[in-house]
Parts: sequence; structure tokens; C-alpha cells
Amino acid sequence: MSSKFQVMIIALMLAVAGFFIVWYKVAFLNIPLTPHEKKDYFTISTEVSFTGENTPAEITMALPAQQEDVKIISQESESGDFGFTISKTREGERAVWSKREIEGEQKIFYKITVSPEQFYRYVPESEIISMTRPIERDIDTDALFALWEEVERSAAMSLIETVRTHSSGPFTFAALLIDQLNRETPSDSVKLLLKMKREDKASLITKILMHEKIAIRKVRGIDLKDRLKGRTLTEMLEVYTDEGWKLFDYEIGHMYKPSNFFVWQRGNDALFTAKGVSKPKLRFSVTQTQVPVISSIQQNVYGSNSEFLNFSLFTLPASQQNAFKQILLVPMGVLIVVILRILVGIRTMGTFMPVLFSLAFIQTSLLNGLVMFFVIVFSGLFIRFYLSRLRLLLVARISAVIIVVIAIMSLMSIVSYKLGLTQALSVTFFPMIILSWTIERMSILWEEEGGREVWIQGSGSLLVAVLAYFAMMNEYAAYLFFSFPELLLVILAVIIVIGRYTGYRLSEIFRFAPLGRS
Amino acid sequence: MIFFERITKLRAKGVIGMNFRNIELIGRYNERSKYPLVDNKLITKKIAKEAGIAVTELYGKIEWQSQLAHLHEMLAPYGSFVIKPVHGSGGKGIVVITHREDDLFIRANGTSMTLTEIHTHITNILSGLYSLGGRYDIAIIEKMVEFDPVFQDYSYEGVPDVRLIVYRGYPMMAMMRCPTHESNGKANLHQGAVGVGIDIATGKATNAVQHNLPVTVHPNTKHDFSKLQIPQWEEILKIGAKCYDMTGLGYLGVDIVFDRNVGPLLLELNARPGLAIQIANDKGEYFRVKRIDQEAQGRSAEERVTFSMNILSQI
Repeated sequence: MSSKFQVMIIALMLAVAGFFIVWYKVAFLNIPLTPHEKKDYFTISTEVSFTGENTPAEITMALPAQQEDVKIISQESESGDFGFTISKTREGERAVWSKREIEGEQKIFYKITVSPEQFYRYVPESEIISMTRPIERDIDTDALFALWEEVERSAAMSLIETVRTHSSGPFTFAALLIDQLNRETPSDSVKLLLKMKREDKASLITKILMHEKIAIRKVRGIDLKDRLKGRTLTEMLEVYTDEGWKLFDYEIGHMYKPSNFFVWQRGNDALFTAKGVSKPKLRFSVTQTQVPVISSIQQNVYGSNSEFLNFSLFTLPASQQNAFKQILLVPMGVLIVVILRILVGIRTMGTFMPVLFSLAFIQTSLLNGLVMFFVIVFSGLFIRFYLSRLRLLLVARISAVIIVVIAIMSLMSIVSYKLGLTQALSVTFFPMIILSWTIERMSILWEEEGGREVWIQGSGSLLVAVLAYFAMMNEYAAYLFFSFPELLLVILAVIIVIGRYTGYRLSEIFRFAPLGRS
Repeated sequence: MIFFERITKLRAKGVIGMNFRNIELIGRYNERSKYPLVDNKLITKKIAKEAGIAVTELYGKIEWQSQLAHLHEMLAPYGSFVIKPVHGSGGKGIVVITHREDDLFIRANGTSMTLTEIHTHITNILSGLYSLGGRYDIAIIEKMVEFDPVFQDYSYEGVPDVRLIVYRGYPMMAMMRCPTHESNGKANLHQGAVGVGIDIATGKATNAVQHNLPVTVHPNTKHDFSKLQIPQWEEILKIGAKCYDMTGLGYLGVDIVFDRNVGPLLLELNARPGLAIQIANDKGEYFRVKRIDQEAQGRSAEERVTFSMNILSQI
């Protein structure tokens, strides 16, 4: 296996690994590819209002559990001076507000923020319990229709008979029953049943299903739509079939859960109970807000059940995060250097010196940085020419240049500050050792090869520094590298491939131009 | 699309670029461990002597700053000499003194230096100013090459030299570098010296360029390059071929000068020879590289020279 082939395989593997992780994070962890991507958050506020009776009161309300496609981000209760606890029941959690004495009209709020997430999967424990819940066989089926009149009861029986004949199990039974009750031209017995004052369609369906000893539970929820106000929950039905629980709407029959439907409660317990108060009322409202995804990642990372995010840079303390935001830009700058030197063939003074300067430019802003660079380098060169006449040893001479550079930097800061130009204060971000070496190299280059070479290499270095600056200042790139550090693998792959490039550099096409002519 | 046309033309000429040189030639055939043999001029001198190759005579070396106290006595016997850094490259830090006038040392380019200035220069050499990687260095003082009058017509204020590219022991390409007034007496092409392509079979000039542009006469002496013929050509190729045997470097630049008394001398070796020789020869290295790759290894220097002169020159 030739080494070139090996290099290509390694590069390919690195690139594939990098892109795979990026893809995984985008598709399954919902980390956006652009920094400005927004995410919908819905805040569902429940308002419980009631009138106090000067007696001990207890209000309970079912609370939603984590569910598919919609993720609960946060919950909070604004319960004033009520005692607030959360109790666990077989069907899930319930909020319990209590107080010894209540007077007059009172309101309690409960707020829950959710966000629809396509791939969010969550299997709550309570779900597992109700999935395996035994069918309640001890229902007194006669008691269900006890208050009905005889005609109604026989109409129900005939409906049951029709549906039972045409169905094969709980699923088809429920489907046919709902269909019968929603026909445009209903049968006589259905007409009679629907006319009943005592029962509405929903209770009719549940009672008939219970009569048939089919396990059911209610599903109450709300559509996630902006500006819903003063709503009650939409109620649906789940029927236990051989394939688990199936969702039915009272009007349209079997259906799948709409993705923007947030299930508040599942089960047969009451949504809401109020003891010791009068005129209890429960109202829901929904408001939509948009949050930058990146901040939502930062918010959620601690509570996240993804091992992957727990290993990301987002888990670091803020100051370290900022440090890494800087550090992760360096590969971009390095890549620019590799491209410009190997593929373009620009000559620079010192291989990575331009990257160091572009890092300084990021701190000082480009224009200020360039101006300061020229001032320091030119005055430094001037002094260096004098130093060369003093016959100093190299190390001592460079040390002297370092001190001169520091002096120039201080002087620049003081003068510009007195003149009210605060921008020049950022001069401290320049790497002074590197500056001194640059001055030293330039002056030697000047002596040996002449000013032209200094100009070529100097402007080459600055060009690379400015390009690296733009690459690193690119907000999009900065975001990508911080959110997807595995992109470093991709950069590594690119650099490895470029490292084996044996073709011409762009500059060589011009350098060797005389050869191509004849 | 003129771009791709140009690339196609360069390919057709067999021109190689820096990236190809670095990966396929230097990276593949020049082992790092052998670099000191060519980067250190003292070692080069030593192994060349052992291999029976003539080198310039060493007058002395200065390793420590304290030795500079005796600089005056050290230089006393010599009217002309050359100061070089042991680890220098590309002619950096080389000072050629042709004669003395009273207390002044006169350089090849006509300017003069005082003893103090020479002192400073050696200090700079010792502190690593001219050496690869800026490490501490040694200065050597050696005999000045008294260049052969055969090249009088093609040189100005300096010593012309012959650069051979020796690939895996086979002299592959050759050029002569003629100093000009512009190059300040130096044989560096990018400083304005004229590069003359030399036919590997005969030692005759084929083509000449200055600043990458074709020229026919030397810009200062006005002599026609087409009449240039390098004497003892086979001898020179043999020096080049032997340098491979003594260093083991597969891609080697061999610089040879002509001394009027000694004849061809090995001036220095280079493990990273430049590519300008292609422009001087108006020919790329690629096809010759590929041809040599087909040849069996293990031949003697003489056999390789014969191959280069008879077969390689046809490519």
C-alpha cells in the first residue's frame, strides 16, 4: 500500500468521522448549523380561579409528563400564598395547592414551557405502568345505563349489537362505534341516543366501550398555537388493543397524535379537583416565543439525557468556553496558511507568524491593528538599524529590540490616550516577542536580500494575516467550530490531503511561465 | 482557462514544482539524518577529502567569541580569504576578501571592511544570524578561490560556479551561475545573476536567463553565452556523482568552482536545491527523474556519468 494511498484513507476516515458526528448532532441533538437559527417555544399557562369559602381548601390538577415530539423545558407555579406540592399518582404527577382559609376570588397560575422537537423520544415510567395495566373487569356494566330510560337502553343495546357483529376486537369496535355515531344519516337508535340530554357523544362512547369491558383512558391536551386564550383542553380517547393504546377522536375515529398536540393528561382521573371552594374554573392559554437555539442548548445541557452533549464544550464554565471560542479559531487560521503557502505559494516571514498577528487583529480590530503594526515595525526597524552598529550578540540584540518594542507600545498607548484615541490601547494584544523577531528578520532580510524581498515577504505575511483574520472573524465559522469541534477532524483531513499535493503552486505557474512559452 | 493551458504546457515540459520536489524528491530520497553532512561545511570538507574530491583549503575556524581576540594574528598570513558560516545556506554570511590596502580589507565587490567590521561579522556568524534555524554557529576562514580565467568573460565582480543536480547518483541537470553587477558579485539567480543552462552531454551552454527572462550575452561583459564551454566536463560530472556516494542523499545540489591552480573544487552541497535550474535549461526535471527511476541502482560513479552523458542528455 503506497503511502499516498494510506494518507488518502486516513484523511477520508477523519473527514467521514467528523461529518458523521456533525450530522448526528444536527439530526438527533437538534444543534443548529447556523448561529441564528431559532426554535419555537410554547408557554402554556393555566389559570385556576375559584372563590374561597373560608374553609380549608385543596385544589389538585394533573400535570403533563414528558412525551414524544414535544419536550418540556421548564415548569413553574405561581401560587401566591398557597402551599404547593407535587404528588405522584399511578397516572402521573399532580399539582396540589392547599390553604387553611381562603377568602374571596383567588387565582393560581401554572406555567409550562415546551418545545416541539421532531426526534424527541421519551418513555416515562407512568406510561409503562399504564401500558401493562390490567383491564378492569369488575365494572358493574348494568350500573352504566342505570339512569337511562328503557327506550334508550334498548337503542344502546341494538347499537352495540350492530357494532359487535361487524367488529373483530376492541380496535375495530371503537372505530365502528365512533363511525356509527358520526354518520350523516344515522340509524334510528343512534338518533335516539344522540338526542339524550343526559349524555353527550363523548360520554356515550366511553360508556358503551366500558360496557363492552374494553380498557380505555382519556387523553386531554392542547394544540400548540400562538395566542390561544381561555381554552379548555381537547379531549380524546385511547383504547387498549392488542397492539397497545390507540388514539381515537370522538368525531373522526382513529388517528395519530398531531405533532403540535401537547398531551396534558392521560388516564381516567379527573383533570382538576377542587375541595372547599366554589366556582372553580380552569383555563388554558398558549403563547409562542422564539429563542435562539444556541442559548437553548446551553440552557438544557445539564438536564440533557444525551451523553454526547454532556461531553461538549457547552458544559464548560463560561470563561473557559470563551477561551475555547478563541482557540478553536486557530485551526481556521492554520488552514489558511497551509492553503496560501502550499497551494498559492505566498512567501511569509515565519510559517505561523501571520496567524499570531491575525489573532492580535481580532482583539484590536483590523484597521487599528494594521496601523499599529506598521507604526511598531517601522519604528522598530529604525532603531534596529542603529542597534546593528553597536555590534551586539544576536540574543542581546533581539532582547534589546523586545524592550524597544515594549517602549514603543507604551508610548503609543500614552500618546493616543492623551489624544483621546482609545483604540490604540488595545496594542497590548500584540505578541511582542513575535513582533521583535519579525523586526529582526526584516532587517536581516533587508541587509542580505534587499528591500524588495522584505516587501514581498512582509506584504505576503500581512496578506495571509488579513485573510486568516477574515476567516477567523467569520461569525458562521466561529459558531460552527464551537458547536461542532469535530469539524477539526475535517480540517485535519484537508490539511493532510494538501500535505501530499505535488502539483504546481499558483505562484509557480507565473514563476515558470518562461518555460511554458516556447 | 489560460490557466489550465499554462499548467498543461508546464506539464508537457516536465517542469516540477516545490511541492513535488519536497514530497517526491527530498522527502523520499533525502534522509534527515544525513543533512548534517551537507549543512555543516566542516563535515562536507572532511568527507569530500576522504572521497578524493578537491575542496577549498581551510585556513582556520572560530568556534568561540574569545577566539576573536586573536583574529588579527589569525588573518595575518593571508592577503585574501573567505569567511563563511559553517551552517550557512544560499551564500548567506559569506565575505570574500581579495586583498588588503593598509589596514583595510577589500571585498570582491570593491567595498572595504575594517578589522572591527570583520570582527562584528564573525560575531554575527557565531550567534547564528546566518545559519539554518538560528542556532549557534562556527565561522570558517578558507582560501579564496582564484577563479580560472576561462570564465573571465562570463563573470563580473565574483566567482561563477557550476550547479549540478544529482538525482540518485546520476548527474541530472546542470547550470552555470554567472555573477553580474546587479547580483553584487553573488552567484544567486534571484539576486540577478545569470543562469546558464548546460548540456549534460557536452558541457556547452544551451540557454541563458536573467530574472527568468532569456538573455544571449552577459549584461556587463557583453560576451555571448553560446560560446561558453565548461572544461573538464566529465570530471565535473564525476565529482557530482561521487558526492552521492559520499552523502547518500538522493536529491542533491552540488556547487563546483574552478580554481586556476587546483582545477574543479567542490564548493558546497545542498540537500534542498532550488528549481530555477529548470528555467536556465528551459527544461523540466520530471522526465529525467522518471528515466533514472527505471535504471538499476548500484552502478559506479563512472557508469552513472556515462549514462547521464549518453542517455539522459537525450531526454
